[in-house]
Amino acid sequence: MKVLGKPRRRVDGRAKVTGQTRFADDIVLPRMLHMRLLRSPHPHALIEEISVGKAQAHPGVHLVLTGKDFPVTFGILPVSQDEYPLAPEHVRYVGDPVAAVVAKDEQAASEALDLIAVRYKPLKTISDPREALQNPEPRIHAYSELGNIHRLQAFEFGNADEALARSDHVFEDLFFYEGNTHLPIEQHAAVAAVDGEGKLTLWSSTQVPHYVHRALARVLQLPAAHIRVIACPNGGGFGGKTDICNHEMVAAKAAVLLGRPVKICLNREEVFYLHRGRHPVLMKFRTGVTKDGKLTGMHLQTLVDGGGYGGYGTASTFYTGALQTVTYELPRYKFDAARVFTNKPPCGPKRGHGTPQPRFGQEVQLDKIAERLGVDPAELRLKNILKPNSLTANWLKVGSIGLEECIRQVVERSGWKQRFRKMGPGKGLGLACGSYLCGAGLPIYWNRMPQTGVQLLVDRSGQVTAFCGATEIGQGSDDVLAAIIAEVLGIDPFDIRCVTGDTGITPIDLGSYSSRVTVMMGNAAIQAAEKLKEQIALAASEQLGVSPERLAFANGKVGSMTFVEAVGLAEEKFGTLGSVGSYTPPRSPGRYKGAGVGPSPAYSYTACVVEAEVDAHTGWLTVPKIWIAHDIGRTINPVLARGQVEGSVYMGLSEALMEEQVFRRLPPKLSGALVHKIPSLLEYKSLTSLDMPEVDTVLVEDPDPNCPFGAKEVGQGPLLPVMPAVANAIYDAVGVRIDELPITPDKVLKALEKKSKGEAPRIGPESFPKVPYPEPVVVPPPWEGGDGNALQGAQRPKLKVSSA
Amino acid sequence: MQRNVHLSLTLNGEPAEVSFAPYKTLLELLREDLGLTGTKHGCELGECGACAVLVDGQPQLSCLVLALECQGRAVETVEGMGNGAALHPLQAAFADLGAAQCGYCTPGILMTAKALLEKEKTPSRERIKEAISGNLCRCTGYQQIFEAIEEAAKRMRE
Repeated sequence: MKVLGKPRRRVDGRAKVTGQTRFADDIVLPRMLHMRLLRSPHPHALIEEISVGKAQAHPGVHLVLTGKDFPVTFGILPVSQDEYPLAPEHVRYVGDPVAAVVAKDEQAASEALDLIAVRYKPLKTISDPREALQNPEPRIHAYSELGNIHRLQAFEFGNADEALARSDHVFEDLFFYEGNTHLPIEQHAAVAAVDGEGKLTLWSSTQVPHYVHRALARVLQLPAAHIRVIACPNGGGFGGKTDICNHEMVAAKAAVLLGRPVKICLNREEVFYLHRGRHPVLMKFRTGVTKDGKLTGMHLQTLVDGGGYGGYGTASTFYTGALQTVTYELPRYKFDAARVFTNKPPCGPKRGHGTPQPRFGQEVQLDKIAERLGVDPAELRLKNILKPNSLTANWLKVGSIGLEECIRQVVERSGWKQRFRKMGPGKGLGLACGSYLCGAGLPIYWNRMPQTGVQLLVDRSGQVTAFCGATEIGQGSDDVLAAIIAEVLGIDPFDIRCVTGDTGITPIDLGSYSSRVTVMMGNAAIQAAEKLKEQIALAASEQLGVSPERLAFANGKVGSMTFVEAVGLAEEKFGTLGSVGSYTPPRSPGRYKGAGVGPSPAYSYTACVVEAEVDAHTGWLTVPKIWIAHDIGRTINPVLARGQVEGSVYMGLSEALMEEQVFRRLPPKLSGALVHKIPSLLEYKSLTSLDMPEVDTVLVEDPDPNCPFGAKEVGQGPLLPVMPAVANAIYDAVGVRIDELPITPDKVLKALEKKSKGEAPRIGPESFPKVPYPEPVVVPPPWEGGDGNALQGAQRPKLKVSSA
Repeated sequence: MQRNVHLSLTLNGEPAEVSFAPYKTLLELLREDLGLTGTKHGCELGECGACAVLVDGQPQLSCLVLALECQGRAVETVEGMGNGAALHPLQAAFADLGAAQCGYCTPGILMTAKALLEKEKTPSRERIKEAISGNLCRCTGYQQIFEAIEEAAKRMRE
């Protein structure tokens, strides 16, 4: 390897440190107008009347839009087209946009917002899943499956109840993971403009320009070919910019109507309302083990609080159960899930999308199992690790698995064997593991086309320009693109120009989500670069009189000639040069309905040890050090890879200790509405530089054959084990189980008080409500003679109330 | 009716004059009236540190400074950090060592770190943590930022 694996300055590094990276709100166009949105102050209400006359007459106002201007709905998933750009008659959370003002500046637009009169008829508020289950009416959405239950899912991969019945031990545990938000430092912004040809361009802080492109065509009823979406580099995404946003649709419509550029930048409070963050999830795990610690089966039930709209929620709900099988051998698995609508900002994908919640439960439960069986938690995991190149009970095809080495690394480096259970009062170590997708196997709308494409332009000047729809959100996707092409062509990454995230001029890439970019874009980039290399080699070989296979591409040379000379010869021989590459993930063996969520070209693995200190008098928690090892397959740029691991550790620790998106009900005299407790950066606590512990990072390389040069993901997986490792460390320190996140000092103190009174030293959910999970889709696992299909007669879930 | 006010200041070492709406903050003045969009905003309430600039050498949250207060003062932004085409040692270390991921909090942290290194040539890790504790970064986990500031301090001492 000439480029890969060597620490380098990222190709866009200079722009980022000089203030030259152009984020969406940095775009200024001549005659640009500014837009602000009026948002609902009610969590649940009908709109009876909107009067906009005074706002329209306000000086500097150019346009006022309301729900009647937008008859067409949108939604990121084909099954949840449930949002209007501006709500026409029904608002579903505090912050739901109802009107927009476009004016000469933000000041005038804000003044005009105050002049819009909206008469609301408040409806009963559904505040949490229990209320949603108890109150089928008023319906938040008419299309939900049952009352206010948005989606119900149930799967059975082998008879899990029977497996549990014949297990030596069955562990039943309840866990709760509070919702939290992405908190990118960049607030969402968009600029829309009609160009000289009369076509629409939208610049946006989005992770998914292709999906925004499709939604704009639908909502504005314009030909997609006349719309161009440019994803500006995102000032942090973490999943918060993967949904289609109201403000993008409205700004675009305003620009089309006015023929002038229109910009909107959300303020921080609005970013909290837009949300799409981590779903609050209540979980019930029933897990069987043999007396020597082998898992026999699991029955997982999840209850997912969706907030006011569908968004990615159907997929998020599948993900609360899809990946329980890819880390440890699990012969039988049953999974029931329900997502409910509530009158809160819509939830969606945040780093780890739906999987950190059950991962927390699974890994804390394993800690409890290890303790009960008297086995070291690391040994318990080593004993159960899935074998490489396996099919799981739910028919996921897993390739390379570097987890064993990850566990050995963190055990060794943390002094686990000498220190676990031996650190003395108030100090402890906790261990946990995780695994994650390297890209979702299927696109979010059904099609057989590639998920990504790379196009290369090269000419006699020796310049190589790479075009790809991939979106730079800080993770370094441009650097990965340049590095992989540079590796194939034997040139320097800085000699490649990356043009990315622009639906008007780059081949499609579905977006920066599901940790898909390195694997998918990388495979497409190799394909494109290899095609080009073949042409260049052929032309150079004729000149040099050697066979093309014997020509080395390295250090800017092709054999003995320069890369520029060789490209010139190729242009002479073949005419204008260029090549394309694309990538479609392998087809997954699962054939049952619901098998679309979980498959991936590869899976990454992580192990983590957290050291914690607990002050028994105050419950105060400190984390002095974290050890983490991540199976990355192959490292493209170790500087960036380490940054992704440590950024994940940071975000995981912050979720474990403090981040929570919580709401409170106002007293009846103040409307009784459910309001956001903390829509500000000051009140929404996150770790600062002073709170961040030392992190010891190890990259384990177990190359996966499906991945470019073997490189797997690193952006999301390393977050997963952090939260359970914190909980397990606290147990080691003071012997209390905090089975819900975040783990705050007051919860620890309460648990310690219970312990001192001789009560069960645990804080966490006490009960799981009755959920009308349907009859499961029954799919025999591969080792029970299945073929990946559901058994006949159980293809479609039937609604039936079952005991929970 | 004339509504704008007029301001003279030293901007990145050069004299500058600007006319603008009197209610604007220094952040808005820089981004909207002077075209210096390198300074970022994350809250406009003094909570995130993204908008930090130097006013007379001191780090200030430009979203909390009324632009009119800057008459005759020296304002430095990320655009003025380098020496001509050459990056400031902090900028180079940030780019080389992964201290900038998305790059959005970066200008604010660079300015804060610059003020620190101008006062202290060899700050301890604890001092560095303290100095940037008002600058939130959601990408890096801070480790590579600490290391880049230490590396820049070293390069500046050499």
